[in-house]
Amino acid sequence: MSTETQTAFRDALVAHGLLIPMGVDGLYGRSGVFEDVVERFDALITQWGKDDGAEVMRFPPALNRRHFEKSEYLNSFPQLAGTIHSFEGNERDHQTLLQKLHDGEDWTGMQRPTDVVLTPAACYPVYPTIAARGVLPERGRVVDVYSTCFRHEPSLDPARMQLFRMREYVRIGTPNQVMSFRRSWLERGKLLMESLGVPVAIDLANDPFFGRAGRMLAANQRDQGLKFELLIPITSAEKPTACLSFNYHQDHFGLLWDIRTADGELAHTACVGFGMERVALALFRHHGFDPADWPQAVRAVLWG
Amino acid sequence: MRATAWTALGDETAEDVASMDTTIREILADSGWLAVDVAALSDGDDLYAAGLTSHGSVNLMLALEERFDIEFPEQLLRRRTFESIAAIREAVTGLRNGTAGA
Repeated sequence: MSTETQTAFRDALVAHGLLIPMGVDGLYGRSGVFEDVVERFDALITQWGKDDGAEVMRFPPALNRRHFEKSEYLNSFPQLAGTIHSFEGNERDHQTLLQKLHDGEDWTGMQRPTDVVLTPAACYPVYPTIAARGVLPERGRVVDVYSTCFRHEPSLDPARMQLFRMREYVRIGTPNQVMSFRRSWLERGKLLMESLGVPVAIDLANDPFFGRAGRMLAANQRDQGLKFELLIPITSAEKPTACLSFNYHQDHFGLLWDIRTADGELAHTACVGFGMERVALALFRHHGFDPADWPQAVRAVLWG
Repeated sequence: MRATAWTALGDETAEDVASMDTTIREILADSGWLAVDVAALSDGDDLYAAGLTSHGSVNLMLALEERFDIEFPEQLLRRRTFESIAAIREAVTGLRNGTAGA
């Protein structure tokens, strides 16, 4: 993927006032126009998901550190995790901290980890929450979450932000319930995005697991067809950007959190995730920087 | 395909095979990655069906590398390399004989 194309698109988004640069790659403010597109797309997701009867849960963009530690995220993605540290010293330590800051030295050694970790994917707080409720009802559960997520992967590509929003529907239940949910969203997700007039392709995918062990996890994930992505070209036609993902976790989270179905079996889980900024960027890329000029059919879908 | 690869290697004695099986079974028994007793498994039984998870299979791979002083090449870092005791034995034997991925 050419970094020139990425920076050119980023610069154009900034020039049109849609993204507000903050001096760190992958960290941006957004304009009212950008946010309006995100909000309309969010409402469109709700419309397409309304028959699932999902329970809405909104969490802050952070996890309980104990839950994060138990999630095995550090096994798979240590390079992406973001933990929150704070100063916990006394007044003398404070003076040392200020002195280091003044001298341009590393002051961060004075920071200690808090009980809070940044959310890496919107569904992470769902599993311990559902587990704490006990055995699943017969029909399992569907949960609707929406959160800002953090992944430490600074990039010139405006479609790879470090802090971005992810809307998700999470299905927890028997393998059949979970597989039929994913199958249904693979179809619905494609139709939904096609209604927005952007070119879409669905492909088998894998997560960016870390290291050699990660290459094995990625190969396993592909062999078993656990992850699919809906791709839209944004800064490259050859390497289109994943804007939606459809993930089957098998009993990974069921096992970690001991979530049981009504029959006492380990619960399986799946989720469909929508990358909100990425979808907005795809729309700006294909329909132009001013939504007022977008095709009438697309405007009708988003703004009614 | 597996049987062909196995017989083609040739220079392992029956004792080597037995000792390797014992070591593989020891690693599995000590690990706690399986939901069943290793002694109850035959060489061809599916370890994933016996409770081996994806993360478990990664740890198994690392434990095999350490115990047999080998390194699995990229093309063997797959689920089916570790799907049974027989499959593991074949992969480890191949690596020790320099016929990895054959």
